[in-house]
Amino acid sequence: MNWDWSAVSDFMPHFWDGLLVTLQILVLGSAVSFALGLVWALLMRVPSRWVTWPIGVVTEFVRNTPLLVQLFFLFYVLPEWNITFSALTTGVVAIGLHYSTYTMQVYRAGIEAVPVGQWEAATALNLPLRRTWTAVILPQAIRRVVPALGNYVISMLKDTPLLMAITVLEMLGEARLFSQQNFQFTEPLTVIGVAFIIISYLASLALRALERRLVH
Amino acid sequence: MTSGLWELVLQGIWVTVQLLFFSTLLATAVSFVVGIARTHRLWIVRFLAGFYTEVFRGTSALVMIFWVFFVLPPAFGWQLVPMWAGTLALGLTYGAYGSEIVRGALGAVDPAQREGGIALSFTPWQRMRLILLPQAVPEMIPPFSNLLIELLKGTALVSIMGMGDLAFSGNLVRLALQESAEIYTYILLIYFVIAFLLTRVMRGLEKKLKAGVGKAPRKKTAAVPVPEGSGVS
Repeated sequence: MNWDWSAVSDFMPHFWDGLLVTLQILVLGSAVSFALGLVWALLMRVPSRWVTWPIGVVTEFVRNTPLLVQLFFLFYVLPEWNITFSALTTGVVAIGLHYSTYTMQVYRAGIEAVPVGQWEAATALNLPLRRTWTAVILPQAIRRVVPALGNYVISMLKDTPLLMAITVLEMLGEARLFSQQNFQFTEPLTVIGVAFIIISYLASLALRALERRLVH
Repeated sequence: MTSGLWELVLQGIWVTVQLLFFSTLLATAVSFVVGIARTHRLWIVRFLAGFYTEVFRGTSALVMIFWVFFVLPPAFGWQLVPMWAGTLALGLTYGAYGSEIVRGALGAVDPAQREGGIALSFTPWQRMRLILLPQAVPEMIPPFSNLLIELLKGTALVSIMGMGDLAFSGNLVRLALQESAEIYTYILLIYFVIAFLLTRVMRGLEKKLKAGVGKAPRKKTAAVPVPEGSGVS
């Protein structure tokens, strides 16, 4: 095995560009998945099977099919329907949608874990439904599920390289481009592999600290 | 779609199923070896197993696939057949996730069972084989079932390396027909059907294994709506 440090230093500027894009995808994708997941979770509580049934089927479908094919679907099919987004936007939408089907279950568990007494108190105080949700149920439910949501952010981080398949130049995309231009595969791929390990390790440490704070 | 194109899709399904089968075998083996090693009495064995888990869980499966395809050949001077390269990358990555399941399930066995084994002077290996594993394995099936679906979804990644799996055949058909909505819908549906069949098989397996240790299978968890103000707690 021959390791070339000069290839590493040549790659580093591209690495920082890729890292920036990866983090962008991660932040935007998390925002989309947190918001959409909450929407799904709330819609699943509407007391009508005309709402819950379609949502249940669609989210089950999205959860059980590969993100990669969903990316291809959005990337190639939307333009046929005359909807054009940039590759990055398409990727963020796809990854956000995919993970919203996971976060939705997290929210559901959180909402179900709110004690019944809280609902009863809200009824006793004659709070309107809207206030019950925004002031009583959701603040307690979301506080409980933050660590679980954080775990999904970490697994989302590990799925961001898939966006390379739809031409987004995130870390792996940059590494592949650099490799193909310079015929040096070992160094860039190893650098980003190590970067992923370090980032997800730091993220899990941060998550543990957050968890400890939320408990108190 | 013409029958020739369907044949392409069928070949894709076959490659995906093969890859899924082999990487499931490897991932299961890795899960049990690493998961059991994490309960070993020597700290160095525990440390190495934990290190393995952190490294392979920490990195992305796709980066791992790239690494196995592009870095291993020049580094060690041998090239793997794509099928084995894909199996290796997926098996090692998902095995790391699986090892956490094995460790968790072993830790959840009542400590009195282990102590009973010590009192009867079983060797550590006998304890693992005759007491701990038979009770822990049924508990592992539901999380393993989820992991299996993740692995199925992970097999699609090899199409980026040009392996002719189901997702790749979808791309070929798209290029042939210059039309994508139809074929990608079919591909997604096929993946969904495979996933559905897998969950069914795993549920049957769980039932069988739990009956073997005298437990009822887990109740199907229906979403229980909170009775608003009904006074039931």
